[in-house]
Amino acid sequence: MLARTADNLYWLARNIERADYLARIVNVTRRLDTLPSAYSGPGTEWESALLSAGASERFDEFHQNVDAASVIDFLVFDERNPSSIANCIENGRSNARAVRTALTVESWEAINSGWLDLKSFQKPRSPGDPASSERLGQYLDAVMKVALDVDGSAYRTMLRNDAFWFTRLGHFVERADNTARILDVKYNLLLPSSEPVGGPVDYFQWAAILRAVSALTAYNWLYKEGVKPWLVADLLILRPEMPRSLRFCCGEMVRVLDSFARVYGQQGPAQRHARHMLTRLENTTMKEVFNGGLHEFVTAFIEDNSKLGAEIAEQYLLD
Amino acid sequence: MTAFFNEMMRPGGTVRPAYARIADWLERTPPEVLASRRAQAELMFRRIGITFAVYGDKEASERLIPFDIAPRVLTRSEWTRLEAGLIQRVKALNLFLNDVYGAGAIMRAGIVPSDIIYRNPAYRPEMAGWSVPHDVYAHIAGIDVVRIDENDFYVLEDNARTPSGVSYMLENREVMMRLLPDLFSAHSVAPIETYPNELLASLRSVAPRSASRDPTIALLTPGQYNSAYYEHSFLADKLGIELVEGRDLLVRDDIVYMRTTQGPRRVDVIYRRLDDDFLDPLVFRPDSALGVPGLMSAYRAGNVTLANAVGAGVADDKAVYTYMPEIIKFYLGEAPLLKNVPTWRCREPDALKYVMEHLAELVVKEVNGSGGYGMLVGPHSTRDQIEAFSKKLAHDPANYIAQPTLALSVCPASFSGGVSPRHVDLRPFVLSGADGARVVPGGLTRVALNEGSLVVNSSQGGGTKDTWVIDDPATA
Repeated sequence: MLARTADNLYWLARNIERADYLARIVNVTRRLDTLPSAYSGPGTEWESALLSAGASERFDEFHQNVDAASVIDFLVFDERNPSSIANCIENGRSNARAVRTALTVESWEAINSGWLDLKSFQKPRSPGDPASSERLGQYLDAVMKVALDVDGSAYRTMLRNDAFWFTRLGHFVERADNTARILDVKYNLLLPSSEPVGGPVDYFQWAAILRAVSALTAYNWLYKEGVKPWLVADLLILRPEMPRSLRFCCGEMVRVLDSFARVYGQQGPAQRHARHMLTRLENTTMKEVFNGGLHEFVTAFIEDNSKLGAEIAEQYLLD
Repeated sequence: MTAFFNEMMRPGGTVRPAYARIADWLERTPPEVLASRRAQAELMFRRIGITFAVYGDKEASERLIPFDIAPRVLTRSEWTRLEAGLIQRVKALNLFLNDVYGAGAIMRAGIVPSDIIYRNPAYRPEMAGWSVPHDVYAHIAGIDVVRIDENDFYVLEDNARTPSGVSYMLENREVMMRLLPDLFSAHSVAPIETYPNELLASLRSVAPRSASRDPTIALLTPGQYNSAYYEHSFLADKLGIELVEGRDLLVRDDIVYMRTTQGPRRVDVIYRRLDDDFLDPLVFRPDSALGVPGLMSAYRAGNVTLANAVGAGVADDKAVYTYMPEIIKFYLGEAPLLKNVPTWRCREPDALKYVMEHLAELVVKEVNGSGGYGMLVGPHSTRDQIEAFSKKLAHDPANYIAQPTLALSVCPASFSGGVSPRHVDLRPFVLSGADGARVVPGGLTRVALNEGSLVVNSSQGGGTKDTWVIDDPATA
């Protein structure tokens, strides 16, 4: 397979997954924003949305104040933000178009018609206007639907060969990164200093995170008790059955990379590195994570994961 | 106004035997059924050809080229004559290109003036003095032909660079077989589905002699913003070869490789859909980001075959066109089987004088123009347009040729208002390999859908039709 084809498939999946994640971040932040400020903390929720999107620095280049309207516009529509939802969808569709023949008709139509639908949405004028707010909600729903369609059509229709595996690889590298980021942001930023850990604000915020990643029901099912930070972290880091957990993502990356090694007849740093990441997660307990500091753990993971991304690019995508 | 040759109806109102079943079908099918067939055809194109609509168009506006459901019919004996003429012509084109970049015998014999060759922008001095693999220059040629009467085919122009449209030919057939299976099976239509196989065989046959027995072939495209990108990806898919862009290729020690997920892999034959100018920034346009540095050097070292060959465009020039009958005689010692449209070469003073006096009746074309640009269609132009054009012509007469407006034949086309005749042309695709030349029976019929129009270009109301080569009717 052409390295450029592989690169486009990999980034198609990353772009779509990122768009989905951003839509979820914006959704959950809107939810937090509806709380009385005593519950939601001192107005830092949009700040934290920017941080969990990794868009803080870029935002500051264009805006003085962090407020709902400008953050939403920046994260969702702004063309100057290379990772805005609109740009992710645009780039994902352009990746797909460049490798049209490597996709099935269904996969191509999923991304292309999603792209067309989203383009036809009117950009909401002001977030205070209920019509605008409703339209924004519809837009974000449509974005998540595109991700579902693209993912589902690939899963249902693509041959299980390197083309499919590159989309899976992009999907899980991006997903692992997103999960880690959302955990980190919560731990460091949201809680007002006056609030006790485990208090109502804390509860609401952790629940919001679970909601953002569609994991609240899963949480209730697995733990059968109130939302506790260490259990949320357990769910999103160590649980092998949770399809967003770092452990699950690493397991999938190892599986896909092993497929490459088998079919291509050789393995490299990416395989060894992914296996190492998985082993570490398998041999860690939540207690160890919290003793060493969740922030430290998550930061190390994000670095590790982006190193894996670089190794994948080096091994398969660049030459 | 002259009467046009109607391929279905004779002047007295009788139907030509080749069209007997088509005429019957058009007459007996209720308008609402025809309407629903037209709607189905459009739907099928949107579905199977959905990518037509979105490739090459940033805003993905619907860009379906209109398709007419009434097939255009040629009988086997008509086709056999046409085929022989096409093969003769393409053989001569290849011999001519060999000569132009080799000994130059035709110029020394005084048959083609040498300035027409050497001052031609499509002439590539880099190609002079060496032979391309297997002496084939125009591997894929699109020869545009028209009929003006029962007997003769006229060649309108030769396309020896990177002729496009073959994907429409193949998809039109696909749609017709699904749309009108009964009408289709009532005629024994010669298949064209073998085109991708034939193309692949031709490309394999011209691999450099140093290549392995299973040569690697790739299709080089300018990329997804090119208007023919759909066709490039369609063909790569059908041929089962990689669709590469310039940046996917690299040249090391005069060998071409493509970058794959398993490292560099050698490429032996490149079916390039990229113009000469952009192929290699080290030799041609230095600002080309679409090409491959070092490609020409690998080509000249004999390590890769480019199809079509660099410099093949010198043969499809409109000034060279006027010499085609002489070119065929010179190399093959045969009389040309296909006619040339009578042409005035404005470089010749007598011809120029005639053209200047008859601009309102003639079609005047730039010798290097294509796609209908830079031309004057006398009968359809205003006095001011003719005035302005005559100044351009007087300034640089050698850059122009003139032809009478041709009475292109008409075929039935189906519209909501009923069936009515429209002008058509035909582009068959001639393949040349080390093992000779071949043509799949048929080609792309383009039809001017606007009433009375002679312009078949899709940008100006042109559409396409499926082209059927059928066995001769028993009673002719």
